[in-house]
Amino acid sequence: MQPTFSSSRILLPVRPWFIFFSLIAATLLNFLPTAHWPGMPDWIALVLCFWSVREFRRVGMGWAFILGLLMDVADGSVLGQHCFAYVLLAYISANLSRRLLWFPLLQQALQIMPLLLATQLVQALMRLAVGADFPGWGYFVGPLIATLLWIPATFILLLPQYRPVEQNPDRPI
Amino acid sequence: MAGIDHAPPPFFKRGPAPLALLTFYIAISLALFIVDLRFRSLNLLRQSIALLVDPVQRAAQTPGSLVDYAASYLQGMQALQQESRELKHAQLNTAPDLQRMLQLETENERLRKLLAVKEREKAGGQVAQILYTARDPFSRKVIVDKGQQSGIIAGQPAIDEAGVVGQVTRVFPFSAEITLITDKDQAVPVQIVRSGQRSVVFGLGNGQLELRYMPANADVQVGDILVTSGLDGVYLPGFPVAKVINIERDSAYSFARIFCVPVAGVENFGEIMVLDPRQPLPPAPPESGSRESGAGSDKALLRQKKRATRGN
Repeated sequence: MQPTFSSSRILLPVRPWFIFFSLIAATLLNFLPTAHWPGMPDWIALVLCFWSVREFRRVGMGWAFILGLLMDVADGSVLGQHCFAYVLLAYISANLSRRLLWFPLLQQALQIMPLLLATQLVQALMRLAVGADFPGWGYFVGPLIATLLWIPATFILLLPQYRPVEQNPDRPI
Repeated sequence: MAGIDHAPPPFFKRGPAPLALLTFYIAISLALFIVDLRFRSLNLLRQSIALLVDPVQRAAQTPGSLVDYAASYLQGMQALQQESRELKHAQLNTAPDLQRMLQLETENERLRKLLAVKEREKAGGQVAQILYTARDPFSRKVIVDKGQQSGIIAGQPAIDEAGVVGQVTRVFPFSAEITLITDKDQAVPVQIVRSGQRSVVFGLGNGQLELRYMPANADVQVGDILVTSGLDGVYLPGFPVAKVINIERDSAYSFARIFCVPVAGVENFGEIMVLDPRQPLPPAPPESGSRESGAGSDKALLRQKKRATRGN
């Protein structure tokens, strides 16, 4: 697989443990006290979206559901709130993946933005429907920042798959 | 013939169709959402996941608390000496009251016995440390470090040194969730100290509280202190809850809009006291349809609010 379909660079196959590790790391980032800062992105949504686009056969709605359940308990929110949003996110990004990867990174990020916004919006609507208080517009800043983070996230999460540019001719790979 | 009933080799085996999976997961999520919200019967699931998540979450909070610790360490001798001096001063100021309180309490007890009035309940409890605020932006909750292992049960009130902070709403094995009084629609039955009028104060979700169901001409002034009335069977009477800061009297509505701020440092971090649950109140007299006085309906209202509070 290539970084984007138009690139000529061939990537190594992804290691399943790295996907697992990155999802756990995203969960930890969500648990940090920084989560209360205004405009903090939902790290799990970002990483989950990334892997659902790139490896939709390995990371899918099952992972999304389990991570959502973890976040629901950790947040103290109503069970099912994050599950619903994440499952929807995983499904749509998996459907988008064939088209999305033809674009350069910046345009990918632009197409990801409505997805991340929808993840947040779905949760807000679910809670508002059952009588919670509107959390303020700052709640929707996180996805915008996450959109900007799509480019560095792609670089970091693909790092273990890159091969050296100058290859040793004595070695086959 | 032996080979015919073999299944074809799984060349194209890819599991259920994505849309079917999506429907399945969405159905489960919605079912969880509704069951958790309406029936609150998923506590076991929540507790078992919390058992897994809680240690990780505590570990993730460590960097922040280390920074706090370092900051307080570097604060220096002088600040500590100053604080200690102030505390000693404050202690001396309250000393006359405190020293006589024991005597007053025994006297009160004796007098109540003489008058054949039920004795006042004593407030006991255990100190708990606030670990972190729940991340959920739709509600105002904090997590404390005492749980089922320390005998905490849902419904216990929590106070700090200034007043009521909130109520325990969920209990996990090693931690408990406290819903703050500023959470939306969190109700506390109160009494105005100056006039003795009873009402119920509700959280607004933005750090303020609202005193509802007070007639537009009610005797409330800015600066009035509200204390718990104790009619709910949850909060002991007499704990400060809130202070009135703004009153809007609009003759178009039958009720005045009265805004208050909590007295306790509700949004602060630190230690709080989780009070022991109260003894059950005496059973309510049977309701009769014909005798419906003002005081009776007031109590019925409060009873409803109490039920709402417990449910939360």
